[in-house]
Amino acid sequence: MSALRRFLRTPEAVAGAILLAVLIAMALSASLLFPGDPQAIAGPALLPPFQDWSLPLGTDRLGRDVLAELFHGARTSLAVGLAAAAAALVVGAVVGTLAGFAGGLVDEVLMRITDAFQTVPSFLLALAFVSVVGPSLGVVAIALGTWTGPARVARAEVLSIRERDYVAGARVIGMHPLAIAFREVLPNALPPVLAMSSVIVAAAILTEAALSFLGLGDPNRVTWGGMISEGRAVLRTAPFLSIVPGIALVLTVLGVYLAGEGIVETTAVRRGLS
Amino acid sequence: MSGRTEGGAQARHLSWATRRQTFDAPMTRALTLIRRRLVGSIFVLLIVVVGTFLLLEAAPGDAVDAYIVSTGGDAGMIELLRHRWGLDQSELTRLANYLWALLHLDLGQSVTFSRPIRDVILERLPNTLLLMVSATALSFGLGSALGIYAGARPGSFRDRFLSIGSLALYAVPGFWLGLMLIVVFAVDLRWLPIGGIETLASDKTGLDRAADIAIHLALPVSALGFIYLALYLRMMRAGMAEVWRQDFVLAARAKGLSRRRIVLAHVARNALLPLVTMLGLQSAQMLGGSVVIESVFSVPGLGRLAQEAVASRDTPLLLGIILTSAVLVIVINLLVDIAYAFLDPRVGAGEAGA
Repeated sequence: MSALRRFLRTPEAVAGAILLAVLIAMALSASLLFPGDPQAIAGPALLPPFQDWSLPLGTDRLGRDVLAELFHGARTSLAVGLAAAAAALVVGAVVGTLAGFAGGLVDEVLMRITDAFQTVPSFLLALAFVSVVGPSLGVVAIALGTWTGPARVARAEVLSIRERDYVAGARVIGMHPLAIAFREVLPNALPPVLAMSSVIVAAAILTEAALSFLGLGDPNRVTWGGMISEGRAVLRTAPFLSIVPGIALVLTVLGVYLAGEGIVETTAVRRGLS
Repeated sequence: MSGRTEGGAQARHLSWATRRQTFDAPMTRALTLIRRRLVGSIFVLLIVVVGTFLLLEAAPGDAVDAYIVSTGGDAGMIELLRHRWGLDQSELTRLANYLWALLHLDLGQSVTFSRPIRDVILERLPNTLLLMVSATALSFGLGSALGIYAGARPGSFRDRFLSIGSLALYAVPGFWLGLMLIVVFAVDLRWLPIGGIETLASDKTGLDRAADIAIHLALPVSALGFIYLALYLRMMRAGMAEVWRQDFVLAARAKGLSRRRIVLAHVARNALLPLVTMLGLQSAQMLGGSVVIESVFSVPGLGRLAQEAVASRDTPLLLGIILTSAVLVIVINLLVDIAYAFLDPRVGAGEAGA
């Protein structure tokens, strides 16, 4: 049985994949379905959902189309989440590989730095970073707090790989240590690091939402966190303005978790069989 | 999910540590551990101080700008203040001055509060600690209990239901859960107050005041605690699944022990240890999470202070808060390690403090 078929037989994984597919479709079709500025005024303010079919989810405090904002927000969430997670995985894998392969003083210094990053609450670090360089570099701010996990996992994996015969072989034929580290060791240390990616993407999406909620997101983009924050002002009279983007966030993160877990489990089984 | 991967890394780490096991008295092992940890922590703290100091140095504007914005003043005054606060010195000199002051537990002066930063932080810290401790108790207690309930019958309906339910809960942003709790319990039902830490100017004392604070903290503690509950539940469940396969469980079964006794005394007990480590690892996340939760519920704690510091560009205050959080995280992890040394006789002197 192929991994794909096994994936399709797991109901949770399929649900996750569907959620993710919907999200990606929303992000890709945002400019097609809702061309123009999603932050422009589209109708009367605070129109409740399901009243006017040209504005199915109603409007917010300023009369902006909630559905259009939701679609454009999907784009921000996905873009920032994926970019931050990719940056965290790359930095983590490189730092972990260097630390594990070099050992000694390099390892010691890199791991103390990792400790330092893990000691400072990552959200506080992101807050400080955004306050210094501005909200446009939110991706870096989020990655700052998430690269440590991959770094530790990569290091642990490299420590076990570096004693293997093929690494000794590469040394004997006179390969440069850096070439061994990144061409021979790193690719083999990647699977457990990549297995963390769904958790990291999810964490990045949640951190981005929290930053935007506190008003530290990119002001030129629609974000779900920003929408919730906007809706908070009218929480008593129009709670749906906070509820709708919140549900979108939950479904997105859940989709990432479920699909990620599905992929990890199906591939793990395959590895176990072969 | 996250619990599973991190738990795995932890287990690997532990097996490495137990290779050189020594069975000293728990007290001796705890003292050795404290000594090793303190030495390592000083380096880590130094990196945090220098790194954060340099990061915040790069911020546009300094304390004087922030001060002038709020009070007004001319160029002469700006010059005078820069000189008085030592801001006209080089970066390295100021870092050295800051470190020297830090040795005397002096975090400098807050521009926005016009008070020593240490005093401002110490005033807010108890609220955050109360919030964190309560949320941790809720998530750890309820999470591990539900995890035992789910893990007692692996693969059963309740196991699947709880593990999917907890995953869904884990996907909920804390601030949004907080808002939803406000909508239901404070706006619709009017059972609980919408925010704050206690009723203002109520002159309540003793138990009345404690009850008042408890009522005010019920929603923020739930919002913060329920997110992490999922983590402990999943970790407990995954840990129990591992333990079920071990020989001593088979032995316990062969001995004719009741299923209930096997679950509680053998499986759950052995699966509980990694969760204790998680308590320490999670403390930094929890502190970060409380920034947003405190902002949602207007709890005057450290997290809300951090947000105020960002809003008013009070960088020395932000630096002080980050340092305090780092010290707090280190202390919590140390306490967890000491608890661990007492709980698990295998962990101890061999550990290099990684």
